Amino acid sequence: MSGAVKKGYVRGLDIKNGRVDMSHGSGGRAMAQLIEEMFAAAFDNEYLRQGNDGALLPTAGGRLVMATDAHVVSPLFFPGGDIGCLSVHGTINDVAVMGAKPLYLAASFILEEGFPLADLQRIVHSMAAASREAGVPVVTGDTKVVEQGKADGVFITTTGVGVVMDGVDLSGANVRPGDVILLSGSMGDHGMAIMSRRENLAFDVPIESDTAALHHLIAAMLDSGADIRCLRDPTRGGLATTLNEIAKQSAVGLTINEEAIPVKPVVAAACEFLGLDPLYVANEGKLIAICAAGDAEKLLAAMRAHPLGGDAAIIGAAYADPHHFVQMKTAFGGRRNVDWLAGEQLPRIC
Amino acid sequence: MKYIDEFRDGELAKNIVANILREAAGDKSYSFMEFCGGHTHAISRYGIADLLPANVRMIHGPGCPVCVLPIGRIDQAIRLALEQNVIVCTYADTLRVPASDNLSLMRAKARGGDVRMIYSPQDALKIARDNPGREVVFFAIGFETTTPPTALIIKQAADEGIPNFSVLCNHVLTPAAITHILQSPEVRQYGTVPLDGFIGPAHVSVVIGSQPYEHFAHEYRKPVVIAGFEPLDVLQAILMLIRQINAGRAEVENEFTRAVTREGNLKAQAMVSEVLELRRSFEWRGLGEVPYSALKIRPAYAQFDAEARYGIGYKPVADNKACECGAILRGVKKPQDCKVFGTVCTPENPLGSCMVSSEGACAAHYSYGRYKDIEVVSA
Repeated sequence: MSGAVKKGYVRGLDIKNGRVDMSHGSGGRAMAQLIEEMFAAAFDNEYLRQGNDGALLPTAGGRLVMATDAHVVSPLFFPGGDIGCLSVHGTINDVAVMGAKPLYLAASFILEEGFPLADLQRIVHSMAAASREAGVPVVTGDTKVVEQGKADGVFITTTGVGVVMDGVDLSGANVRPGDVILLSGSMGDHGMAIMSRRENLAFDVPIESDTAALHHLIAAMLDSGADIRCLRDPTRGGLATTLNEIAKQSAVGLTINEEAIPVKPVVAAACEFLGLDPLYVANEGKLIAICAAGDAEKLLAAMRAHPLGGDAAIIGAAYADPHHFVQMKTAFGGRRNVDWLAGEQLPRIC
Repeated sequence: MKYIDEFRDGELAKNIVANILREAAGDKSYSFMEFCGGHTHAISRYGIADLLPANVRMIHGPGCPVCVLPIGRIDQAIRLALEQNVIVCTYADTLRVPASDNLSLMRAKARGGDVRMIYSPQDALKIARDNPGREVVFFAIGFETTTPPTALIIKQAADEGIPNFSVLCNHVLTPAAITHILQSPEVRQYGTVPLDGFIGPAHVSVVIGSQPYEHFAHEYRKPVVIAGFEPLDVLQAILMLIRQINAGRAEVENEFTRAVTREGNLKAQAMVSEVLELRRSFEWRGLGEVPYSALKIRPAYAQFDAEARYGIGYKPVADNKACECGAILRGVKKPQDCKVFGTVCTPENPLGSCMVSSEGACAAHYSYGRYKDIEVVSA
């Protein structure tokens, strides 16, 4: 981010009634003003203050992890969060499940002409609060504006970098037969919170998105000393799809126990009503952990001791299977395949 | 979830299964057709087939709304979206049904057609109110369950005088399809499809009642047990069918008494007959032309009939030659008997309609049961 505008000669942004117009993306004075008064003011930190085209950052020891995530969620504001905090949490989680300590974020905004500046500020403040709370600063960014009808309000892409300490090696390809599968909490909250606010579906239920940054929980899990093979956050496609990804990557079968999977009653009821399966509904503040069988109880205790892992549970295990199926023991007593999500359950969930 | 978990109780299931095993003991074999996709889904999802003895066989019926929708009907909706520039509104599953020219409504949307997924027909009416400058068509499909809401919005549109709204009506009738299956040569002449009884529809029966099935019990000597869509409902219905057969009875019994009466929902029936009337014949995917098996909009409401409004004629289109959906929908074949099952035809790229909806026999078997077809490693 760059550009400084002398105070006093420029009328401030009209946050209350103003709207994004094409000049806010033109590279001229209006853009410089938007960056300074909107973004730099909210995200302020020493790296952003350098004011160059890129941020000059001190490096730390260990291997570097980098992850990027575009956010196009609709609606922009939903119970329990908004696109701003979601874009911070989503990328921090992608870095953290690699076993890394997240260090910096970059943020790229695509704004639609006509978008109210007041809404933009609400989103940016939510993003800044999430970044501060997580201790991961936004150190560089970019803004583009497209004509009305060419985007939907705001799209935000965030990129995160972090470092992995020596000795930590997490990968979806590490799982071995006999390993145990743990889940940090209830499934389907984010997806159903979004669903409950969709224009054509609005139903009144107290479901809040679980959007949260998981890096502190993950740090506590790594500190427990448990032999963790893999961490993953089950976002789009939900638990079922993420487990299928891991089974394929590690070339093992996975089996889960339906009764052990935490689902809040209100989420289960909303899913039932809409004919959805909570195993396929997105989460934004939950993780799957797979560890050596002997360490499962230790890891479970570490997860439960953290506020974001209070409902953690052991839900299944890995076994040798040349077909790499995910199977589930149903609460009804039968057994069935848990397949990849087919088609689109819910578009623009994050 | 109260009133739902009670019907998914694994302990109660064990009791019913024990009764089934005891009462179906012996050499006799039992073949029952579950008409509805909702039952097909429950059987696959809860692993019910695993709990049954080998001599009790379930045959998937044609009661999956998107499965029986012929290509020609989807082509009509696609033409409206791409050539007439109308907003086409429909249910989610309908979007992915394969049509001509390698298109589906979802692919038509990607080509610029304005196709919108809705959960309730009321949303289609709202879209019409919100877009007075555009023509809006509700692509209506389904059995008797989804028919009353369609009739209601046509009546509402007439009462409110909404000029830019119409319905492409493809509603079909359950009893006509059951008659068709019972009359088919596989059942009547060749005996290639042994059919000893039916699990009758849940939601359809809430609307039409249990009375329409009495004909099948009396004329064709086939027992019918109307059952809910929960797994315990299905197991209990299977037990009731076995008991009827063992006792030499052929009656209509109602397991789903918590929602179904003999007369059904008279108000909904009246609404439907006010707005809709019988078609002389209608093409079903898999079953072909079935006489008096579908509904069209009455002339009094012709301005809301998209077929009349846009003059779109119906052109039947043959299914892909390799696709066995037809035989599967008639109970003649099983999904795994089809050469393209799980190879060319998958839920991501369905070739046939049975692979589209989770209520379709192929999609249900692919998603929940295909591990049973190969040597399975037990977990």
